[in-house]
Amino acid sequence: MRQKIITKNLNLWYGSFQALKNVNSKIEANRITAIIGPSGCGKSTLLRVFNRMNDLIEGVRTDGEVLIDDTNILNSQTDLVVLRKKVGMVFQRPNPFPLSIYENIVFGEKIHADHVIRDKLDEIVETSLKGVLLWDELKDKLNEPALRLSLEQKQRLCIARLIAVKPDVLLMDEPCSTLDPQATARVEELMRELKNRYTIIIVTHNMQQAARVSDDTGFMLLGELIEFGKTQEIFTAPHDKRTEDYITGRYG
Amino acid sequence: MERHVDQELKELNKDILKMGALAEEAIYKSIEALKNRDKEMAKSIIDNDANIDKLELDVDEKCIDLIARYQPMAKDLRFITTGMKINAELERIADIAVDIAQRTLEIVDKPLLKPLIDIPKLAAVAQNMVKMSIDAFVKGDIALAKKVLSSDSEADQLRDVIQKELIEDYMVKDGTTAPRAVQLLLIARFLERICDHTTNIAEDVIYMVQAEVVRHHPEKLQNGK
Repeated sequence: MRQKIITKNLNLWYGSFQALKNVNSKIEANRITAIIGPSGCGKSTLLRVFNRMNDLIEGVRTDGEVLIDDTNILNSQTDLVVLRKKVGMVFQRPNPFPLSIYENIVFGEKIHADHVIRDKLDEIVETSLKGVLLWDELKDKLNEPALRLSLEQKQRLCIARLIAVKPDVLLMDEPCSTLDPQATARVEELMRELKNRYTIIIVTHNMQQAARVSDDTGFMLLGELIEFGKTQEIFTAPHDKRTEDYITGRYG
Repeated sequence: MERHVDQELKELNKDILKMGALAEEAIYKSIEALKNRDKEMAKSIIDNDANIDKLELDVDEKCIDLIARYQPMAKDLRFITTGMKINAELERIADIAVDIAQRTLEIVDKPLLKPLIDIPKLAAVAQNMVKMSIDAFVKGDIALAKKVLSSDSEADQLRDVIQKELIEDYMVKDGTTAPRAVQLLLIARFLERICDHTTNIAEDVIYMVQAEVVRHHPEKLQNGK
């Protein structure tokens, strides 16, 4: 198995508050990695390091290394537009643009490409919507406003919008927390489909979801990555007492 | 922090303990009935088996219910799944006590073939192994579980001694002893089976406590793990 992302002695501060403490991890390609832990443990911060979304917050300081395909993305030479194209993100609340379904999906291509060819855009829309299993549902209403879709469709559309720019890594921050159980199950199915082509990292409060959907799991507490391993092992026989206490609901 | 599920896990633990006590009692009585040629006691074991079966179903149901409602993880998950398996082993042990009682009823009206010496010894080993295995489960005691595993060879040896004696000293020498000797052979075999069930319990306890599968991996025990 190929290591897609490696963090080495990663530390991050918001002003004087240290949100990540010496995080060392190896995330493998074409697998789903779940990051779990109580609120404020640093899991979303860690996720946002991978496409440098934290840069948008004032007073953030990072040290250590984050290698994606052997390149340290914390480097000052990193082209953030290229990085975020390669490492895309899905948020808790689906956030389609107030545009048509079609325009949502081609938005990235229009930004990234030097010139756009209409046929190519059509092809991207079809492939991306097929990739998130929305094509059959939406192929006849591509010009309708994306905001009119159901929550689940919106979240799928956001994933389609991501994969339209051909990323390698999909970061998902609580992608199902606003969805009902059926929609959640379908998005999880989609994640399993997508992992053949992408490396997926999901942050979730829902432990059952992490157990169901991920191959590897990391448990974080107070900015530290306490334990990282195969999901099956973490949920049946964790090594660290703190992991055990958290996943059995004894924490706190 | 005491969780709501802790109370239910305690209840489950209590029920499995009760199941163990009933199985232990059934074996004890089955041997007493054999030794004392006590028909009534042998029959009472057969009659009481329905209660044990009922408790087995209750425990099973509790385990399934706990899994469905709490989706337990880690230690809790291992406790519940182990509890389910141990429950099934204990029910099998109680069934074997019934088998022994039935064999006893077969021979109780016939003259005693020989004074019983090694069969009560084997019975004592079996009973002790049942007791130790249940204690190991309740206390999560790995050392005790390993003691159960190492006791099994003693049971096997006793069974071999009994078998050899019954075949060579009785059945071969005098064919007319065969109907009674076969019943005693079966009883020895049943007692040894009980010991085998207790080793399953002991192996499950080791998994429950240290999340290591030693079943079908005897080398893991020899490595001192």
